[in-house]
Amino acid sequence: MIEGAKWRRWVYFYIPLSAFILWLLFPFYWMLVTSVRPDRELYRPWMAPNYAPFWTAHPTLEHITDLLTGTLFIRWMANTLFIAVISTLISLFCGILAGYALARLKFRFAGALGTGIFITYLVPQTLLFIPLANIIRNFQLGDSPWALILTYPTFLIPFCTWLLMGYFKAIPRELEECARIDGATRWKAMLYIIIPIAVPGILSAGIFAFTLSWNEFIYALVFLSSAEQKTVSVGVTSELVRGDVFYWGQLMAGALLGSIPVAFIYSFFVEYYVAGLTGSVKG
Amino acid sequence: MARVLIRNLNKIFNEVHAVKDVNLEIRDREFVVLVGPSGCGKTTTLRMVAGLETITSGEVLIGDTIVNELPPMDRDIAMVFQNYALYPHMSVYDNMAFGLKMRRFARAEIEQRVREAAGILGIENLLQRKPRQLSGGQRQRVALGRALVRHPQVFLFDEPLSNLDAKLRVQMRVELKKIHDRLGTTAIYVTHDQVEAMTLGDRVVVMKDGIVQQVGEPLDLYNAPANRFVAGFIGSPAMNFADVGLAVQEGAMLALADGIRLKLPPAIAERLRSHVGRQVTLGIRPEDLRVGPGNGADGCDFPAIVEVVERLGAQILLDVKVGSGTMVAAVEPSVKANVREQLRLAFDAERLHFFDRASGNAI
Repeated sequence: MIEGAKWRRWVYFYIPLSAFILWLLFPFYWMLVTSVRPDRELYRPWMAPNYAPFWTAHPTLEHITDLLTGTLFIRWMANTLFIAVISTLISLFCGILAGYALARLKFRFAGALGTGIFITYLVPQTLLFIPLANIIRNFQLGDSPWALILTYPTFLIPFCTWLLMGYFKAIPRELEECARIDGATRWKAMLYIIIPIAVPGILSAGIFAFTLSWNEFIYALVFLSSAEQKTVSVGVTSELVRGDVFYWGQLMAGALLGSIPVAFIYSFFVEYYVAGLTGSVKG
Repeated sequence: MARVLIRNLNKIFNEVHAVKDVNLEIRDREFVVLVGPSGCGKTTTLRMVAGLETITSGEVLIGDTIVNELPPMDRDIAMVFQNYALYPHMSVYDNMAFGLKMRRFARAEIEQRVREAAGILGIENLLQRKPRQLSGGQRQRVALGRALVRHPQVFLFDEPLSNLDAKLRVQMRVELKKIHDRLGTTAIYVTHDQVEAMTLGDRVVVMKDGIVQQVGEPLDLYNAPANRFVAGFIGSPAMNFADVGLAVQEGAMLALADGIRLKLPPAIAERLRSHVGRQVTLGIRPEDLRVGPGNGADGCDFPAIVEVVERLGAQILLDVKVGSGTMVAAVEPSVKANVREQLRLAFDAERLHFFDRASGNAI
């Protein structure tokens, strides 16, 4: 906390922080207002006498009902959820094993392997989607959720591996040695001791991976083509922008509903998440 | 319960030869302490017995079995670590029960063993707590309890008291000794604290640079150190050393140095006969020095100038200047001594130790 006179606290703390929060939350507010604003207000020219862009006097749910009934939005949500959950689980499984191995096992080229995994994370998706598209076509996975479930781990696994490797390294080695003297094999020591202790780390890696795959755009745009296979981020932007006509109300309603699951997960796990990133293990 | 036999044990980490040709027999029911400065290979030796470190060459036997290739879980040992290594997500009860659960003991047996160990250690009322809710001393007890419930053949202790504060350490030391007397399980205990080593060990192994310097009962190490390192390491305050020359004058052997001129009794002179004319190191323990002139004929005293007086209550430590060197004398609390005072320090000639200057070995 900032010490000293009250005005100092306002100048150095409350005012900058409030400005920052307003700046960050404004797009969400804009999204919310737009999604409940009736069309006749949305498309009113800005010089009209009763133009009021920041609120609405006649809130309506018509865009939301339109979105849910008139488009495949629910299908897109289900697709996204399915893809995000499966690819997160795959990535966590691989990340836990790889992170553990890199943190604990002594083997040749362990260091080089760790760096190699990190480098794959640095290659931009905007370049990778071209060769990946080729591979997807060869395996005849195009336009199916498996195209994304199998490609998302290409960037999620390195991410999970590195985050978990750091977490595993912070767990005192003696805990595991003690477990192995107590009669546990390496597998059991990992299962009963290391993984339960690493739960905050695993959860934050999982939340991150889930968010990354939920929000992913390029691969989803390239690998999926039919409307009923699309994810939320691609579905909303491609089906609700027709030519140069923007269905602003439905677009914003889609964006709003699409961000709810992620917000929900973050608020639910926020404590684990912070503990996971700050990496505190008490023996 | 079993003996532990260590034969020609070696450990090489990359380039570093951490443990060199260690040979040791720990008898059944014996409490052996490995002691030495940090980096002397004592912990590495213990970890090789535990199976946490691979053995470069040599053999470790527990009972009659060579355990070199056995994983830690199959060696029937229990280990207590310096940082306790309690499982933070488990209650005290589950921490203690873990080893038994892994070995598929019946629930009732586990319960009975945990209660028994908790009773011995006085932690029955903590069983439902998590490690983070315990004080340092309580954590240490849980770590001990986790080893006790297993009824292993051998206990291994890796500096288990180092993280405790001084008072608690003394208390736990006594308790450890009592527990060992009661259970009689063979134990190997690693510490860098020579007081712990002397008080706990049936026998003490002093190590330095990966080499065993001396193995013996605590008082043997104190009274007859094998070399200068052991002499300086065992005992507190540490033994005083002075480099002296040996000469024979008028049929008597003299130890000569700056400010020291000692006439040695015939028995000692006989022992030193082969070193006449050479430099040797003389050692005398602070507690063997007393203020006052020697008893005449033997001439066992030398002049000293007091530099610092440390009053500890039970005794007084005098830091004195002898010739160009310094020594410490631990004297009776009734002694009146002032800084810069000149006095004579006396001792019994039998209490002197002599070491070869080059090799450091006792003569």
